[in-house]
Amino acid sequence: MRWRTFAIAVPYLWLLLFFLAPFAIVLKIALSEAMLARPPYAPLFEWGPDGSLAVRASLQNFLFLLRDDLYWKAYLNSARIALISTAFCLILGYPVAYGIARSSPTARTVLLMLVILPFWTSFLLRVYAWIGILKNNGPINNMLLAIGIIDEPITMMQTDFAVYVGIVYAYLPFMILPLFARLVRIDHTLLEAAADLGCRPLRAFLTVTLPLSLPGIVAGSLLVFIPAVGEFVIPALLGGPDTLMIGRVLWDEFFANRDWPVASAVAIAALFLLVIPITVFQRLRADQEGA
Amino acid sequence: MLRKLMTGCAAFILITAAGVASAEEMVLNVYNWSDYIAEDTIADFEERTGIKVNYDVFDSNEVLEAKLLAGNSGYDVVVPAASFLERQIMAGGFARLDRSRLGNWGNLDATILERVAAHDPGNEHAVPYMWGTTGFGYNVGKVEAIMSDAPTGSWRMLFDPDVVAELADCGVTLLDAPTEVFANLMGYLGRDPNSESPEDVELFEEHLSKIRPHIRYFHSSQNINDLANGEICVAMGWSGDMLIARDRAVEAGQGVEIAYTIPEEGAVIWFDNLAIPSDAPHPENAHLFLDYMMEAEVAAAISNYVFYANANGASLPYVDDEVKSDPSIYPSDAVKENLFADLADSPAFTRLLTRAWTRVKTGQ
Repeated sequence: MRWRTFAIAVPYLWLLLFFLAPFAIVLKIALSEAMLARPPYAPLFEWGPDGSLAVRASLQNFLFLLRDDLYWKAYLNSARIALISTAFCLILGYPVAYGIARSSPTARTVLLMLVILPFWTSFLLRVYAWIGILKNNGPINNMLLAIGIIDEPITMMQTDFAVYVGIVYAYLPFMILPLFARLVRIDHTLLEAAADLGCRPLRAFLTVTLPLSLPGIVAGSLLVFIPAVGEFVIPALLGGPDTLMIGRVLWDEFFANRDWPVASAVAIAALFLLVIPITVFQRLRADQEGA
Repeated sequence: MLRKLMTGCAAFILITAAGVASAEEMVLNVYNWSDYIAEDTIADFEERTGIKVNYDVFDSNEVLEAKLLAGNSGYDVVVPAASFLERQIMAGGFARLDRSRLGNWGNLDATILERVAAHDPGNEHAVPYMWGTTGFGYNVGKVEAIMSDAPTGSWRMLFDPDVVAELADCGVTLLDAPTEVFANLMGYLGRDPNSESPEDVELFEEHLSKIRPHIRYFHSSQNINDLANGEICVAMGWSGDMLIARDRAVEAGQGVEIAYTIPEEGAVIWFDNLAIPSDAPHPENAHLFLDYMMEAEVAAAISNYVFYANANGASLPYVDDEVKSDPSIYPSDAVKENLFADLADSPAFTRLLTRAWTRVKTGQ
């Protein structure tokens, strides 16, 4: 009994330490006022000389986000880019995961290794490599020019296209792995039974495999969507100046305006607008499945 | 076994404690701009003093500032630009220099000290390191081919919508540094480069939106490689960076020729400074390092390597003629008179300018 309590306590402690505590710190900054000091915001709590505690909190920073449509547009645009990237990851990742799941156990190990292998190189280096590939006198343009399909290089760098390429490339393994984990557990005799009863392969896929792999699709999509919304590095390196994402807005508030409180408010608003609804949805769905 | 381990631990603690008590540990943590020091500067210092230097680099003042303002950065020497230095001093970020430990102070150029004193009253917190201008670099061959009468000596190359439109296909870029773009544009329009009036921000936004469609990107370091490779044709940039691009283009041997212009309308002059954070763990070593960096020959070697003018008057005899006589590194006095400093802005103005900048860049 005691061990069980301990086993449950560990994940909660983890959550407390690495999510709630940082969140409380960010919230504290979001409720304070910017000032020229170190750190650059006014303290939220102040102990008076007589031992009294003064609290100065204000929702100004959150209200400020409503006054300018920049923030809304950045949230929406980030969600749009993340959603489209997730869709592409799914379209590319599903066949790959399916192929791996259906291959022989030896081949499977090798194929899974190949999916994970890129992680051995620094993420930043891999994104930089895409600059080399996509730039005006990079291999793609040079090849197309040599064959004579195009007369002048296609501008791919500093466009939304490059951002999609970067995000899909970087997050594809996060889609493939949970999908694979689900697909590999599907009982093949179910498909055989469907075939025996005269069901065509496509129909069998749609009525048997796809619904059974749904939890994998949801898990993979969340693993791609959530980090993609807050992505900063890929749009900064591959995107154009007009790629407006919430990560960039946050950077501007933090570094250019030196307004840590507003930057914190932007981060918290992002959490409440995008991440929490998704998590709650996922939780409800999981409960339904369990019931 | 356990006993052995405990004795080991105790010995270790004793040794560490003794080390702290006797003197500063022989370590120095330096945070400098990328490509901003000679190849052997650090190695020579380590050899001479026996102090181990941990050398880290950054590529934007903002990143340095965030680390300083968060506190406990762990750095002993950092290199902020003067306008950032000014604000960071006000926030209590820097220790006062102990001049008695800086025997080479006299090597510094008096006029530069005076200009930096506008940001750091009495030069109490910072040693001027290098200085330069914010003008533009361009690809001589390609610009000539597209527009034989291109105004290569003027800001019109970047701020005249007709000229920029003509050069756009070849690649025109701006620095992602709104305060410097603002100051340069105000100078071009004949207004006060350090204006904080909202009308001037409106003017800035309105004027930039005319050239915005022709700007390939806004970035502060990518322009070096892109100019050198011929990916872009005209780039607003920091003098030394543009000269590094010129050098790399020559090394690549692809026939790309890069030139740097300090526009005739005037340009931003900036100063980078060595300073010691107020919570630096090794302030004594930091003073040793600052004094070393002020040695005439050390400063000259760095200028010879990075193509930036240093703030060390005594170093001039050791600076290569190629560097010293290059007017884009050491401009003539007449040109110098046209240069203006970029002073620190108020938070309200900064927010206004950042917002306008975002609107210019993203159209939103």
